[in-house]
Amino acid sequence: MTAGYSRILAVFAFIAILVTLPLWIRDTFYVNIASQILIWSIAAMGLNLLVGYAGLVSLGHASLFAIGGYAVGIAITSGFDQLTAFVIGLAIILLISAIFGALALRSTGIGFLMITLAIGQILWGVAYRWVSLTNGDNGISIPARPQPFGLDIEGPTPFYYLALAVFILALAFTSRLVLSPLGAAIRGTRDEPRRMTALGYNVWLTRYIAFVMSGFLSGIAGLLFLYYNGFVSPQVLTVQSSSEILLMVLSGGSATIFGPFVGALVIVFMKNVASSFVERWSLVLGLIFVLIIIFIPEGIVPGLARLKTGFGGARRIRAVPAPSGEAS
Amino acid sequence: MPADALRFSGVDVYYGESHALHGVSFSVGEGRVLGLLGRNGAGKTTCMNTTVGLLQPRRGDIALFGESISRLGPEAISRKGIGLVPQGRRVFKRLTVRENLVVASRRLPGRQAPKWTLDTVLDEFPRLRERTSHYAGNLSGGEQQMLAIGRALISNPRVLLMDEPSEGLAPQIVAGVFATIAKLKSQGLSIVLVEQNPKLVIDIADDIVVLNSGSVVIAETTRSIHEKNIDVSRYLGVVSAEDAVS
Repeated sequence: MTAGYSRILAVFAFIAILVTLPLWIRDTFYVNIASQILIWSIAAMGLNLLVGYAGLVSLGHASLFAIGGYAVGIAITSGFDQLTAFVIGLAIILLISAIFGALALRSTGIGFLMITLAIGQILWGVAYRWVSLTNGDNGISIPARPQPFGLDIEGPTPFYYLALAVFILALAFTSRLVLSPLGAAIRGTRDEPRRMTALGYNVWLTRYIAFVMSGFLSGIAGLLFLYYNGFVSPQVLTVQSSSEILLMVLSGGSATIFGPFVGALVIVFMKNVASSFVERWSLVLGLIFVLIIIFIPEGIVPGLARLKTGFGGARRIRAVPAPSGEAS
Repeated sequence: MPADALRFSGVDVYYGESHALHGVSFSVGEGRVLGLLGRNGAGKTTCMNTTVGLLQPRRGDIALFGESISRLGPEAISRKGIGLVPQGRRVFKRLTVRENLVVASRRLPGRQAPKWTLDTVLDEFPRLRERTSHYAGNLSGGEQQMLAIGRALISNPRVLLMDEPSEGLAPQIVAGVFATIAKLKSQGLSIVLVEQNPKLVIDIADDIVVLNSGSVVIAETTRSIHEKNIDVSRYLGVVSAEDAVS
């Protein structure tokens, strides 16, 4: 069997496991955990477009994650119906991503990181202090989940399937994108920005498109988060949230399709499940990160592939050369 | 007399306050190959980087088929029809061979069918066809050079700049690269060939320009070089200033 067929088979097996998950995990607590993993995976997939493929590390993505939730929450509490609120939410996500990107991409590298951190903090400040709009620290609640196409998604299992459908769409979108000419161009701007310019590309615009798509995906995850919790608060916009999404990308493996999912799996599981058994669960999570950094610094997905090759020795994994580091 | 594909007119380029090119003037005729020679630091790569817009001339003008491009940005210059095979290849190491080519491919204005497509480039370099799904960083030096040339060709340039295409390659591979250049010349492509090895260039170029410390010291046709018995290598080796001008 060729590597290509093995990969397709593995993807189908992965999706089959996810589709049948509620059938063999009957405990609704774990079904809800699975929904959370999918939601955070989508957010991490969005950030992965930026960190892994465009080479731009953001510490403000939680604000893009939360902004859609806030927009929908405010729209619903202002009297709009669910569908209108959803459309408003999408428009606001796009608008804020576009503005955020235009400001943040005035720089790259550490400058970009600091600008995203600063804008993230400003948006957190707005959510926390503009009480008349956002209800401040109390956050915004919505009375019920929507009923897309008349489907009732109030229960854990129906909501899980909604999250799974969005997850699969996001997975298909990112897979298709990174293998497309645009995806190649985004990766080109990461590795050789000057060369991309000499090939006729507007490097800033290419990065900007990546940023807006990244923000949009993370914002979609934020909408699901609102529908899941029925609530959004400034806690979602904190630097800690942004750091967690970044850790999901880095620990799972940046610039990989399944890395964000694996990273989200580890972090959400540790936060929600291991914390029930281990009082100092954050210490355990920290230890896991240290072990990842020591043994598989490229992240779990590419790291395990490398270890498998090292132990097995039979199959060759194509090594990914390091970027040349040409300055932008 | 064929039209000038590329013309440098009194170009001065600075790196900060360091004067790198001193009033450089030369022209490349349409369908001709110009060999740009000079020792390390003579200003050859500076000429290339200025042509593609990575450096801005402080004085003078650069024209592509009569149209000034010296105030345009690199992406606009590239779209005007200048392709660069950069020094050191600089392929996208973390993209596959196919992606390296796809990312550089460009449609021509209007309905004009492009001469170079993914298929025609892979036909030109069959070795690359065998390795389309390999990361460029895993190719040999010769294969990377083929990829760098293919990447420049697939943008369907009107003028092709090649910056030291023989650098670091085995003689057999160099011969292959120069056979490709000869083929491109026979197809009528205007080429600026930057090299340190005068033998390779004089065999293939129609015109020779030699730079020394950022200034043009020789600008002759290859025939004139032979007829006047000009020793180009004097300006390329490590020789004293007196020897060079005597």
